[in-house]
Amino acid sequence: MTSYLLILISTVFVNNIVMVKILGLCPFMGVSKKLEAAISMGAATTFVLTLGSGSSYLIDHFLLTPFHLEYLRTLSFIVVIAGIVQFTEMVVQKTSPVLHQVLGIYLPLITTNCAVLGIPLLNVQENHNFIDSLFFGMGGAIGFSLVLVLFAGIRERLEGADVPGIFKGSAIAMITAGLMSLSFMGFSGLVK
Amino acid sequence: MLTALLVMSFIALVLGAVLGFSAIKFRVEGNPLVDKIDAILPQTQCGQCSFPGCKPYATAIAAGEADINRCPPGGEEGIRKLAELLGKDFVPFGEDTAATKPKSVAVIDENTCIGCTLCIQACPVDAISGAAKQMHTVIEAECTGCELCVPPCPVECIDMVVIRESITTWKFRHPATVNSSNNQPA
Repeated sequence: MTSYLLILISTVFVNNIVMVKILGLCPFMGVSKKLEAAISMGAATTFVLTLGSGSSYLIDHFLLTPFHLEYLRTLSFIVVIAGIVQFTEMVVQKTSPVLHQVLGIYLPLITTNCAVLGIPLLNVQENHNFIDSLFFGMGGAIGFSLVLVLFAGIRERLEGADVPGIFKGSAIAMITAGLMSLSFMGFSGLVK
Repeated sequence: MLTALLVMSFIALVLGAVLGFSAIKFRVEGNPLVDKIDAILPQTQCGQCSFPGCKPYATAIAAGEADINRCPPGGEEGIRKLAELLGKDFVPFGEDTAATKPKSVAVIDENTCIGCTLCIQACPVDAISGAAKQMHTVIEAECTGCELCVPPCPVECIDMVVIRESITTWKFRHPATVNSSNNQPA
């Protein structure tokens, strides 16, 4: 039980996929302008990433490794992730058309989120078992959502701040992200 | 090689089955045509087409209940765009709809305004700022020129001022309307 808690803490804080591993920056920058959109994007990514990690593990363990088809990893993982994202988009469109409109193009773009491919590949690299993979995926996505919501909050505040002309927009956002990443360095060494 | 193909085909089959099943289960009934028509209409919400707003008019057009020539603020250009979208023929403005006027905004004469709020209640896009017994003023950026505020004013202090086309407001015109008489010189 403690090992799962440790996995969660390490993936959410110590090895945060956006701040420390620098993965998944596209939706991080793109959906962080409004707080509500950020929360929903975090939830969608959590769903996709957890499902994706689980099914990628199953495919790797039962279909690829027994037949020595390790070279098909990237291809099959991406195909499965794309399918899961499409499924998620259909569910979101049916359950909440408003959310679907708010997220817009960034919902299908979860497919191209390098964190969503990176976490399953990392699972393979670290030889996690099924439950560990699920927790790793869930923790990574929770870390992503946490940082996304924090960043959205900061960006909303930045709208009212007195930013110099040349820094307005993406520039100050990037600088803020860099400073956040710097602050996350404080967690290193928390979990070995 | 063959095992690789078989494995990938198996994955594709399973995914295809899941997606196909969910496409049927999570089907969304939408009418994208209404939204496309609504995107062409000028969003004046003035009611000159005899429908209570642009979206109801778009719905009526999509259902085939209304003709495409009922929108004066859209002008001839709007009719042509609608005709292009729907594959219908261009129809000029009929006898019952007003002809297109040049794009204008409402301006309140502040010396005459008595602060009665009747125009604020009439404005469909909330472009008039003010309160009872306070000065009313039209927010130029929000005004769509629908003229619904002009009749209610008891002191007749609202004028429609034509927008002069400047470098910042010029837009490309539909080629067929360039030589028509409804056009305004830049």
